[in-house]
Amino acid sequence: MPALPLDEAGKYVAGAYVVFVALILIYVAILGAKIARIAREIDEMASEK
Amino acid sequence: MTYARGLKPLSIATVVATVVGFALVFFYAPVDADQGFVQKIFYVHVPMAIVALCGFVAGGIMAIKHLRSREPSWDMRSYVAIHMSIILGLGVLITGAIWAKASWGHWWVWDEPVLVSFLVVFLLYCVYYPLRFSIEDPERQARASSVFAIAAGAFVPINFAAVRLAESFTHPRVLSQTGGDLPGEMRLTFLVCLAAMSLLFVTLWKLELTSKHAAMSLKRLRTRLAAAPS
Repeated sequence: MPALPLDEAGKYVAGAYVVFVALILIYVAILGAKIARIAREIDEMASEK
Repeated sequence: MTYARGLKPLSIATVVATVVGFALVFFYAPVDADQGFVQKIFYVHVPMAIVALCGFVAGGIMAIKHLRSREPSWDMRSYVAIHMSIILGLGVLITGAIWAKASWGHWWVWDEPVLVSFLVVFLLYCVYYPLRFSIEDPERQARASSVFAIAAGAFVPINFAAVRLAESFTHPRVLSQTGGDLPGEMRLTFLVCLAAMSLLFVTLWKLELTSKHAAMSLKRLRTRLAAAPS
């Protein structure tokens, strides 16, 4: 298959890099939510005592 | 907390390496004469695949350490390494499909051993979750997970070698005994991207271990407080 023109290839390249960045961001967001929950629970325990 | 040690400099190094890697991809590495601009996908797809496969093998090695020492922390390390590799593996499959569509006109090619073997490895590791979480007893869970991680981890290099011996050469070969056909600029860019991906893996692995360790410590503390006389 001949090489795609830049405007068409650009969409595929952008798509691949967006997938990579999105995967990492989603993962970090989930991890951040977990850490925030742990911090909240620690605060609750501290205020109970 | 031991897992959090060195996390900050590691995170900074990861961000710097990723930014430098992306800058090299788009402003330094030449456009491929054969594939054109679409070859830029190579710099994210291949390092992700290499790091994911190394992560699976590392998970197996940590599982060996767990079975030898009976130390639950090694099981947790192995679990997080496999978990991270599955996430990267998903990225490899999606970016690979995008690259295949742009280069070959198809999202997937079933008679290409590299693609199918990676899918087989990915699906094999997807079994890890139901296996792990179907066992309630923590000790048995850790033991069974470790045995799986070792067996599957041994399969990864065997699978890689089998694919190397395959006849089809539709999929580009990047790492060969002669160092591949990459020109200097492309090779440097690829190595920086590989280093960035490795740093990203280690950073996220440590971050998730820190989070899991904190959650477990909190649970233990709650249990102790509940049992303590008021």
